[in-house]
Amino acid sequence: MVLTEKQQMLRKLFRQFAETEFTDELLDRLEETGEFDRAIHDKMARCGFLGVKIPVEYGGQGGDSLAYAMMVEEFARVSPVLSIYANTSNSLGAGPLLYCGTEEQKRNYVIPVAKGEKILVFALTEPGAGSDAGGTLTSAVQAGDEFILNGRKTFISGAPFADYAVVYAKTDPSQKGSKGISMFLVDMKLPGVSCGKPEHKMGIVGYPTSDIILEDVHVHKSDLLGPLHKGFSTAMKTLDGGRLGMAAQAVGIAQGCLDASVKYAKERKQFGKPIAKFQAISFMLADMATEIEAARQLVYSTAVRKDAGDPESAKLCAMSKLYAAEMCNRAAYKAVQIHGGYGYIKEYKVERFYRDARITSIYEGTSQVQQMVISGSLLK
Amino acid sequence: MKAIVCVKQVPDTSGVVAVKEDGTMDRAAMATITNHDDLAAVEAALRIKDATGCKVVVVSMGPPPAEGMLRELLAMGCDEAVLVSAREFGGSDTYATSQILAAAIKKIGVEEDDVIFCGRQAIDGDTAQVGPQIAEKLHVPQVSYVAEITVEGKSVTVKRLLEDGYMTIKVATPCLLTCVKELNPARYMSVGGIMECYQKPLEVYNYETLKDDPLIDVDTIGLKGSPTNVYKSFSPPVKGAGMMLEGADKAAVDKLVGLLDEKHII
Ligand SMILES: Cc1cc2nc3c(=O)[nH]c(=O)nc-3n(C[C@H](O)[C@H](O)[C@H](O)COP(=O)(O)OP(=O)(O)OC[C@H]3O[C@@H](n4cnc5c(N)ncnc54)[C@H](O)[C@@H]3O)c2cc1C
Ligand SMILES: Cc1cc2nc3c(=O)[nH]c(=O)nc-3n(C[C@H](O)[C@H](O)[C@H](O)COP(=O)(O)OP(=O)(O)OC[C@H]3O[C@@H](n4cnc5c(N)ncnc54)[C@H](O)[C@@H]3O)c2cc1C
Repeated sequence: MVLTEKQQMLRKLFRQFAETEFTDELLDRLEETGEFDRAIHDKMARCGFLGVKIPVEYGGQGGDSLAYAMMVEEFARVSPVLSIYANTSNSLGAGPLLYCGTEEQKRNYVIPVAKGEKILVFALTEPGAGSDAGGTLTSAVQAGDEFILNGRKTFISGAPFADYAVVYAKTDPSQKGSKGISMFLVDMKLPGVSCGKPEHKMGIVGYPTSDIILEDVHVHKSDLLGPLHKGFSTAMKTLDGGRLGMAAQAVGIAQGCLDASVKYAKERKQFGKPIAKFQAISFMLADMATEIEAARQLVYSTAVRKDAGDPESAKLCAMSKLYAAEMCNRAAYKAVQIHGGYGYIKEYKVERFYRDARITSIYEGTSQVQQMVISGSLLK
Repeated sequence: MKAIVCVKQVPDTSGVVAVKEDGTMDRAAMATITNHDDLAAVEAALRIKDATGCKVVVVSMGPPPAEGMLRELLAMGCDEAVLVSAREFGGSDTYATSQILAAAIKKIGVEEDDVIFCGRQAIDGDTAQVGPQIAEKLHVPQVSYVAEITVEGKSVTVKRLLEDGYMTIKVATPCLLTCVKELNPARYMSVGGIMECYQKPLEVYNYETLKDDPLIDVDTIGLKGSPTNVYKSFSPPVKGAGMMLEGADKAAVDKLVGLLDEKHII
């Protein structure tokens, strides 16, 4: 896709920021402590990154899906975990509110989220309801002006330091599957809300993920988000945008793998010449570059078509995520291979990319779920 | 008040410098960047804007592609941009460049409490002449090598860097300050700024726009109006292989000092 001057300027800004601010020192610290780094989060907020595609009237920057995808890509190219810092608020955070929040809810919640003053996370997955998100067991029972929530959410990105969570709960147990589910805005400081301990993850270390436990949590009815019993379709709509972001993340990780591999292959000598001179290595680089470019073009065009209201966009978002995530894992595999034994050592960037790459085909819908979405739309 | 900042687009000399067959620099083959000192000047002006709400106008003389750089400065938060561009202005040396920029600044209008900013020097020409010459032509006081700025009404207090210290100078406005890149790191563009920068005013001053100014005369602008002319450009000779000195005694040290002295390194 031919980028306009404005889009090129955006990409320049994202790249400049990532290359300057995502220092090795910061990345190593995230990896060692596994903790959330408020300082870099706030710095991103000051540049407007947390609200890239949130409308100006709700504290955002008024960018489009392409700007958002380019940001996640450029950030992930240097640091997959820091790309999530800027991603959450734009997609799963503000998404459900922008789709179906009331004017008051948007003003109260989206503005501080877009400005990075508050952190809002997305709590759908449960221990027994992952790919089958319709199997939600968390319940919300209406009592006067309140709903009383009970249940457990798992693998919630950002939960340990979040201010609010969008929680999905069954409000009508008589309805089967994904029906009868509603969305609630839950203040994480409410009595009865607690978090599990942060999970020890293979990758994207430095953005804590934990359970959210809800025990008799009283939520006022003004914090019901969207129509009663009809929360699931909003979750799915939000996930379309989120999937596009995760596809962009996968493209960025793969590009980071390629950058490191090209550099290493030119420097490393065996049998008296740089390993890049061996066709087996240079062809791997060619394949990586080609697949990355194919995935990038799919992501960018999907972003544009989604904003234009293309009815195919749910399928295209699923295709973007499926292809980019699987491609990213292939690229990460090759990057470690090209680095040989050194690629297996933590001092080399590709070891971290390899672990980070692995999540892209799992969260926001596994590759199999994307295949279900795509084939479902082909065969309906 | 308002701040007027002179900014130059320069070739990126941090990487490989492209040289043409005749030995002159191949500007077209090199990426362009905004001169570092000038970014510090822009940042200084934007900080005054943050504090006082004043307007910031950026001016650049250069070929049409310099517009891209001006848009980026608008995306950082500058309010208006002026591109000074015409065939007649090409080939100007520092005298002619400052003549034209001074005319452009007069056209923008200099009021009593305004401050004009320049970088200390541009990394391509490296003369550090343009700022002071603009000040002369506008008949305003100047302070160069500025590393700290405080604005108070109709005067500005600045720290002027010297080789071994600094002096604090109070200067009446309107005045011209040339800034060093250590003054302050420039901010990033913002996403919202990029969204808006194509709606902000960007004017092009060509020869027609400026020709009535007494500073603009065939004898004072462009190649013909330049009192100096570049007679020859060439690449400095590349350093040869390193040399090892034998021994670890006084004689070896004397030899080393002698060699360094010979090359004017010490
Ligand atoms: C680091 C991390 C962060 C996360 N962040 C969030 C978050 O912020 N919010 C949130 O709500 N969730 C989050 N999740 C949860 C994530 O979305 C789920 O892990 C994911 O949807 C898969 O669910 P599951 O783990 O229960 O796997 P399962 O659903 O148990 O799947 C196991 C395997 O079976 C396959 N499978 C399942 N059903 C089918 C089928 N019908 N046909 C074919 N194959 C099938 C899957 O593809 C997978 O390979 C996060 C997870 C991780 C690991
Ligand atoms: C004798 C001579 C002949 C030249 N002939 C040519 C030629 O034929 N072709 C050619 O391409 N170049 C030519 N140049 C180079 C070019 O004209 C100079 O680079 C220019 O005059 C500015 O000088 P400088 O780069 O040394 O800037 P400096 O004096 O070091 O710049 C100081 C500050 O002045 C301001 N400034 C300088 N230039 C501009 C500008 N254009 N717009 C806005 N602000 C500015 C900036 O704030 C800058 O930081 C010539 C230079 C000389 C000395």
